[in-house]
Amino acid sequence: MSMPFYVAPEQVMKDRADYARKGIARGRSLVALSYDQGILICAENPSRTLHKVSEIYDRIAFAGVGKFSEFDSLRTQGVRHADLKGYTYSREDVDARSLANAYAQALGQVFTHEMKPMEVEILVAEVGVDKASDQLFRISYEGTIVDEDGSTVLGGDADTVGERLKANLTDDLDLGGALQAAVGALAGAERVLEAANLEVAVLARTTARRAFRRVLEPELTPLLATS
Amino acid sequence: MTLPIFSPGQDPGPSFSELLRRQNGDRPLLRNTGAVEITHGTTIVALRYQEGVIMAGDRRATEGYSIASRAIDKVFPADGHSGVAIAGAAGPAVEMVRLFQTELEHYEKVEGVALSLEGKANQLGGMIRRNLPMAMEGLAVVPIYAGYDLRRRIGRIFKYDLTGGRYEEGDFHATGSGGRDARTTIKLGYREGLDRAEAIQLAVEGLYQAADEDSATGGPDVVRGIYPTVATITVAGFERVEDTEVAQRFGELLQRKTSEGHPR
Repeated sequence: MSMPFYVAPEQVMKDRADYARKGIARGRSLVALSYDQGILICAENPSRTLHKVSEIYDRIAFAGVGKFSEFDSLRTQGVRHADLKGYTYSREDVDARSLANAYAQALGQVFTHEMKPMEVEILVAEVGVDKASDQLFRISYEGTIVDEDGSTVLGGDADTVGERLKANLTDDLDLGGALQAAVGALAGAERVLEAANLEVAVLARTTARRAFRRVLEPELTPLLATS
Repeated sequence: MTLPIFSPGQDPGPSFSELLRRQNGDRPLLRNTGAVEITHGTTIVALRYQEGVIMAGDRRATEGYSIASRAIDKVFPADGHSGVAIAGAAGPAVEMVRLFQTELEHYEKVEGVALSLEGKANQLGGMIRRNLPMAMEGLAVVPIYAGYDLRRRIGRIFKYDLTGGRYEEGDFHATGSGGRDARTTIKLGYREGLDRAEAIQLAVEGLYQAADEDSATGGPDVVRGIYPTVATITVAGFERVEDTEVAQRFGELLQRKTSEGHPR
């Protein structure tokens, strides 16, 4: 029996999608949510140097799950896009929406035209003047973009973590409360996640120009302990 | 706007000016035949003191013999713990500051760590070097770069020549059309370990003397309430000294001069 030369396009796409999804599900999860003083992004990450969450611009942050080298190069491209736009026009003209659209285009292009899709799922977050104007965009490996409302989970067993998060969420969470909701959702009932296994950053509602701030162990440990 | 994607051989790395060049191509040379008056002139100073460095600059911009602006800023924060003061053609200078600020922040975001103070000083030198063709046409930019070195815990001052050559100054520096007068004034009043008040006083006096001798340097405008831009750079970062305090120092200076009897 000879090898078939023809593969149905649906099959090709489905294979690619399965490949990408497996890559992302293998990794660890990441949670993002709006709280009273900004946006919290919390990832399960045992590494202190290889960051999943990073600053893009004054009020914009990036987070990625899946294959590190792939989402890290997307991160660099995002910083370039933002700085170029801000320099060419002005700082106020840089927004998460246009960056998220650019990401969606790029990922969609790779998904359709390259040998293998990117095994990544990425988040672009922008902090606003209040919770209502916070923005969370989730972009998948195939270029679909979702405008999330208030909170989102990426990577790993996203559905399960998402359910736990929804159960933990209340209105008017402060940083400590938001952290505990996020870490509780990531860890689940059986595990305890220490500060050393977490990468935490916030986009703060601040008058300072740069909103992005990492929450490091000395600040993180006491916040996790209060319950 | 799409994502800027490069092949590995073309990747500009963490350099923002390199990225800009690849996107826009090299900028065309402007030829200044002298027919167009370019905004020029200034005095800028930087001096070390107990807590770090003080930078100051006058507010005047001239076009030939006219005053183009009475209130331009010549001292800018380059990043959290350093500042750049500019002398020369106002347009290219301000643009260079903007590019430099973006460059430093871009590097920090892409690499995940900030450049060392010396690395930043070198970056600025590179920009001035690239501006040499324009400088030869009359659009020179000559800055002073100063910052608080968080590793060494001291203030440091860097001066440049037109070719981008970078030199570290020990204690103080001043440049611009009134630079020499300011430098001499500061030289006579400088000593190790000045406190904040003394340092601001000395910087302000340097600018005052420069304005007294150089028509392109503006003195304090009490009528309009326009005073030199003064900033301190310490472990706390770049902080602008409030106009009220600068006005106060000038008031004290003028009082001293008046009571001592200013030589004619």
